[in-house]
Amino acid sequence: MFNTTVAWITLRATLSRRRALLFALPAVILILLTVALKASHPPMRLWPSHVLGTFGFSVLIPLTALIIGTSVLGAEIDDGSIIHLLATPVRRSAVVVTKFVVATGLTVVFAAVPELIAALISGGGSVPGPGDAGLVPIGAGSFAVALFTGALACSVIYNAVFVMVSAATTRAIAVGLLYVLVWEVLLSNFVSGVKLLSVSHYGLGIANGLASDPALEAGLGVLTSVVMGAIVTVVALALAMNLLSSFTLKGEPA
Amino acid sequence: MTTIELRNVSRWYGNVVAVNDVTMSIEPGVTGLLGPNGAGKSTIMHMIAGFLPPSRGELTIGHGSSWRNPGVYRQVGLVPERDSVYAFLTGEQFVVSTAKLHELPDPAAAAARAIALLDMAEAADRKIATYSKGMRQRIKVAAALVHDPEVLLLDEPFNGMDPRQRLHMMDLLDKLGSEGRTILFSSHILEEVERLSGTIQVVVAGRLAASGDFRAIRRLMTSRPHVFTVRSSDDRLLASILIGGTLVGGTLAGRPAVTAVELTRAGLQVRTSDYGAFCRDIAVLARDHDIRLREVLPADESLESVFAYLVAN
Repeated sequence: MFNTTVAWITLRATLSRRRALLFALPAVILILLTVALKASHPPMRLWPSHVLGTFGFSVLIPLTALIIGTSVLGAEIDDGSIIHLLATPVRRSAVVVTKFVVATGLTVVFAAVPELIAALISGGGSVPGPGDAGLVPIGAGSFAVALFTGALACSVIYNAVFVMVSAATTRAIAVGLLYVLVWEVLLSNFVSGVKLLSVSHYGLGIANGLASDPALEAGLGVLTSVVMGAIVTVVALALAMNLLSSFTLKGEPA
Repeated sequence: MTTIELRNVSRWYGNVVAVNDVTMSIEPGVTGLLGPNGAGKSTIMHMIAGFLPPSRGELTIGHGSSWRNPGVYRQVGLVPERDSVYAFLTGEQFVVSTAKLHELPDPAAAAARAIALLDMAEAADRKIATYSKGMRQRIKVAAALVHDPEVLLLDEPFNGMDPRQRLHMMDLLDKLGSEGRTILFSSHILEEVERLSGTIQVVVAGRLAASGDFRAIRRLMTSRPHVFTVRSSDDRLLASILIGGTLVGGTLAGRPAVTAVELTRAGLQVRTSDYGAFCRDIAVLARDHDIRLREVLPADESLESVFAYLVAN
């Protein structure tokens, strides 16, 4: 299913485009924000969960995945170069899977790893202490690993969704941006039922399952998150494969 | 030997019919798909190439359909019209990667052979971004030929090529066709088709208007009057020469199959029954009479008018 030539072309194409410069932008913002908050709020332990959890999972990771996920397939569809890939015997399912793997790898580098670095810089989150102890700090290491694992899951699921959106529409970035801002940022944080279909909450659910940090405000349990995340990934990739198999070039009408 | 068959193929977009009940058989050899812009050539090409399903009818390459069948590309090479290639790769990287996608046993050797065939060896290590349009076109053809396909589909392959590149490409396609491959190329330029193809399929307004030997169809085309707009340093003198003729070197020159001349504000409107002879002779006449030609423009050479005439006949 994975084709190394497709992966090589995709990687070269994605990193050679100007928008590649945007990949690192959300990560840089997150790390700078973390450094600034760390310097100004040394004793307060809730902000890492809010900044790295809520902001990181519903803004940083989806935006990075959106830019990358739509680049790997959507940009080639837009400029027509995809035809050189599709006019070969390579199965279109292999094209989808390979591009999804490349996009996920890049998103891990540009979003999940920065989450890990920012979590280590923050010094860790907080968990409820015994009795009246309130929230007590957790170690930076376990907090960072939990967030990194959640971010890893988010990278996988978001990219499956955005690769599918790229195969479905030529306005993938606009559709993806609308989805991130309306669904992931707005509705999933204010309408409880939406959390079941929110990728950021799958990531938060997995992170919370490892860190047990209520400040992460995970709306779902770890099992639900894993199962739903797997279902969304598989369905999105299956749809993308089907859409790419029916990829058409429009001829001019008489 | 692979044949492309279209049987009662139609394709429509909503209420717009792009291709209407076309039946054609494309045999080994070079076949030109000719028609004015918007006639439906690209739609037919896209359907044959497997990038568009027919709304109705049946289309096969060899014995299989090309729609949702990537396996068909083992025997088909496609040169799309759109000038979009992986500009960040070198020509060689592009062709080698195509060879790898075809899972050829020795991609580097296959790529070298295809690149040499297109006379692109010198520029192969340059990035495609630095290529001229004609070079990009040639490297696309090299990539399409890398797996030695039985069928080669080329959508407007001569766009952007200079005359030398054009001749080279025509010779190559001629050679590939004579080897028994099925070569189908689309064009809206009559002269390209005339030079290259013995067999043509003429598409007008989504319908197959003519099919068969080019010379027979061309005879129909050339018997129609052609109109040229000519501007020169002395339109009146040129008009009188074209109408009256003149003795040049003891033979009657002038009136190169001219049937009428009209002096207008925009220059001369000249009607001729022989397109080629007029183009040759007017230059000689102008030179011999010290007239500077500023513009010689075929006023009605749009394919729409040619084909309208063809369909009417």
